[in-house]
Amino acid sequence: MKPTSRAFKANARHALGDPNLQRAMVNLRTGFAERRAHAVAQLPEWEELREQAVAIKKDTLAHLDFYLEAFERNVIANDGQVHWCRDAAEANETVLAICRRLGAKTVTKGKSMIGEEMGVNDYLEANGITPVETDLGEYIIQIRHEPPSHIIAPAVHLVKEQIAQSFRETHRDLDATRPLNDSRQMCDEARAVLRPRFLAADVGITGANFLVAETGSSIIVTNEGNGDLTQTLPKAHIVLASLEKVVPTLEDAATILRLLARSATGQEFSSYTTVSTGPRRRDDADGPGEYHVVLLDNGRSALLGGEFEDMLRCIRCAACLNHCPVYRAIGGQSYGWVYPGPMGSVLTPSLIGIEQAGNLPNASTFCGQCESVCPMKIPLPKMMRHWRECEFQRHLPPPAYRLGLAVWGFFARRPALYRRIADVGARVLGYVGGGRGRFRALPVATGWTRTRDMPSPEGRSFMSLWAERQAQRKSR
Amino acid sequence: MNGSRDPILNSIRRSLKRGPLAPEAAAACESRLATHRRNLIPARARTLPLRGQLELFIKMAETVNATVARVKQANDAPAAIADYLSRLNLPSRLVRAPDPVLDALPWGERPLLETRRGVAEDSDPVGVTACFAAIAETGTLMLHSSAAGPTRNNFLPDTHIVVLRASQVVAAYEDGWDRLRAARRRDGGFAMPRTVNFITGPSRTADIEQKIELGAHGPRRLHIVLIDDGEAA
Amino acid sequence: MTEKPRVALFVTCLVDLFRPTVGFAAVKLLEDAGCAVEVPRLQSCCGQPAYNSGDRKSAQAIARTVIAAFAGFDYVVAPSGSCAGMIKVHYPALFADDRASADQARELADRTYELISFLVDVMKVERVTARYDGVATYHDSCSGLRELGVKSQPRQLLASVAGLTLKEMRDCEVCCGFGGTFAIKYGDISDKIVEEKTGNIRASGADTLLAGDMGCLLNMAGKLERAGDRTKVRHVAEVLAGVAAPALGEPGNGE
Repeated sequence: MKPTSRAFKANARHALGDPNLQRAMVNLRTGFAERRAHAVAQLPEWEELREQAVAIKKDTLAHLDFYLEAFERNVIANDGQVHWCRDAAEANETVLAICRRLGAKTVTKGKSMIGEEMGVNDYLEANGITPVETDLGEYIIQIRHEPPSHIIAPAVHLVKEQIAQSFRETHRDLDATRPLNDSRQMCDEARAVLRPRFLAADVGITGANFLVAETGSSIIVTNEGNGDLTQTLPKAHIVLASLEKVVPTLEDAATILRLLARSATGQEFSSYTTVSTGPRRRDDADGPGEYHVVLLDNGRSALLGGEFEDMLRCIRCAACLNHCPVYRAIGGQSYGWVYPGPMGSVLTPSLIGIEQAGNLPNASTFCGQCESVCPMKIPLPKMMRHWRECEFQRHLPPPAYRLGLAVWGFFARRPALYRRIADVGARVLGYVGGGRGRFRALPVATGWTRTRDMPSPEGRSFMSLWAERQAQRKSR
Repeated sequence: MNGSRDPILNSIRRSLKRGPLAPEAAAACESRLATHRRNLIPARARTLPLRGQLELFIKMAETVNATVARVKQANDAPAAIADYLSRLNLPSRLVRAPDPVLDALPWGERPLLETRRGVAEDSDPVGVTACFAAIAETGTLMLHSSAAGPTRNNFLPDTHIVVLRASQVVAAYEDGWDRLRAARRRDGGFAMPRTVNFITGPSRTADIEQKIELGAHGPRRLHIVLIDDGEAA
Repeated sequence: MTEKPRVALFVTCLVDLFRPTVGFAAVKLLEDAGCAVEVPRLQSCCGQPAYNSGDRKSAQAIARTVIAAFAGFDYVVAPSGSCAGMIKVHYPALFADDRASADQARELADRTYELISFLVDVMKVERVTARYDGVATYHDSCSGLRELGVKSQPRQLLASVAGLTLKEMRDCEVCCGFGGTFAIKYGDISDKIVEEKTGNIRASGADTLLAGDMGCLLNMAGKLERAGDRTKVRHVAEVLAGVAAPALGEPGNGE
């Protein structure tokens, strides 16, 4: 997917002025966030499970080479194949080669962020193969030619009127006068439209929430059942997974699965959690004839052992998105690439470079809510701050900003000098603001005063008043 | 398999500032895989006696919009299914998975109930399957692929009916895995099925304005016929 | 006779420049609680703007002046969750590469507190004698809440203020959108977030907004005032100490 992260500020401005988006984003707070709080309250062992999940992932990452090799061994033992791919280009070529060999014309897809990273849909289309997104949210944005705005709910930025319009424009062979007023009608229509696509697909591509080294299995978590129809009906099942998805055992997967749905949607467990191992067995009544795991690096191995290693623990639950006041204000597409919100602000610069994605880790108040709801206890603000340090060292922030900071820093580290300037400054600001109580405009801070007043200072610094008071007390 | 395998493994090791794992460290990882130790399991189901687990399973399943009908013996199942379909005005025809558990049931008892045995097709409105286990912790059914269990039978029909015995109910997912391992032992390990499905309620989506709708692509209805025959696990 | 604890007040730059009333309220509360309060003159800023902008070196330089100025006191108390959090939580991490400074930072961190949590958790203050006639709602500033666990303490003391009714607003724990330089650099996003917050303030039915951090207060007051809203905005310390200065943004400030 081609990044537009450079245009973050313009993207955000556009999003803030979009009434449909603003209306749609209200649903996030009352939906996922409230349900998550309820689910967590029902599980007394929540904190301990988080600790154990972190320990599982830390151990896995410290021995990632071992567990990936064990995973591969077990995939092969069950007649599957593993394709190690360094980057998106290699992964796309691998997927295409499999599809070509099987003479695939259409391919159904379950939701996959790795697929977005790869841009696999565009790649397949350019090579004459039709990809059909089957997750309802992904299908909606596919027919609208938009990128997803949320990891779990790709169409969360849309209101139902927009979706209905897209359905009418795309499903042209249906009765134009049919009602499409509510989600029930649209859901039924999508089901009817996509069912034949499932049945006709030659190849099914899914992502993977986890890879299990013990058994050579991939795990997907869905609510719709689209991932299951995608992987069961066609001739081949291709799994797109990045390196860090692996966990050691089925028990380890069970532990982290207890955190996943609760963090993502507030469900105790998703409707469908499916563990897939190899192609159909000789006696099986159905199932795909081939099983391929595309194991993608694309920058992950470089993150190990570094400042951003903890980001590799992310299980893509999107809790951080759901609780982030910035994400809720501007929606996911503003971030300009595959991964939005706090986790996207840390991961995106790692994968596409800080020059392109520089705004992302800066557009945060460091409120810390993301870290507190993260099931994997990822220190997101700390890593965003680290990106800011990288930018500062490379002189990436705008010169005016650097100057302002430098001036402030110059005085702040010289308290005696600061004192004199501050005492004068407080008087000046008080005089200018004098009497009215607030500033309606402040040239240095138009970002603030365009939409807010600035309350005016009391007109003397505390320290000068305190000095006076102490002097008066002494003279008594 | 291909040229990037070693470069990726080398990149991992370079980042971790080491070469391949030393024998002791590798042995520790091997052991971790072989012993597959359980982590913390929530007390919710674990501390309950069997009957309590059964009641919890039913409660949790109903919370996620599955319906549960209890019968006293296996032979009552076809009648219970026929009653369920007629009560909801659903078509009286079903496809049943080619499973010995289902084969043994008296389907002929209700002449108006049409049953077909085999792999589900898109035109089948109702599918009946057996299952491997049921997880009390979250009201979850555990099914797997086999000659007797076509995976598509769990997903294609609008209504999915699962025949479950009380003795198949376990407390947690880990108990389900242990039962599967025991049932499928094979030289040193066990034979994983192609597909293991954990099913918790019917298909659903909230992709349109966060409003939950049942029956996205999978079944709209999940009905569990629970044979509560008092037998031990 | 037990000696009074020697408490150094970390004024914070925003209180120093914008609202000395808060500083005097803090001193009163600390003295009423039985502390001997001093205000080291050579203090400026905790260094958070530099730290959060990625300028680690400046942050370290500023932190060293703070460590020096506040050496030797029993406690260091700030009427701000974000400044106290900077010292208590971030100073030790700031010197990860300098063992000696890290030790000094940790030593300082161990005796640094946000004002209200210091009063309740350390000095065991259970009530105040102030009076305030009004309905107040309390905004939980992020650093105080998530870095320092300040939640129940302000509410406990506010419950003892005669005449005051506390009404919780929806999403009282959600960020107000200030975030230091964020409010200037990403002003339009910050504005949207504070708009949500002021909507919740209005919906609470309170006539007074309280919080423990000047940055948040300036932000929320500025938004309320631009909208023509008459909600009175004060630092919680002012109400607990019973000071009578004009509220934030009201005429009478700056004279």
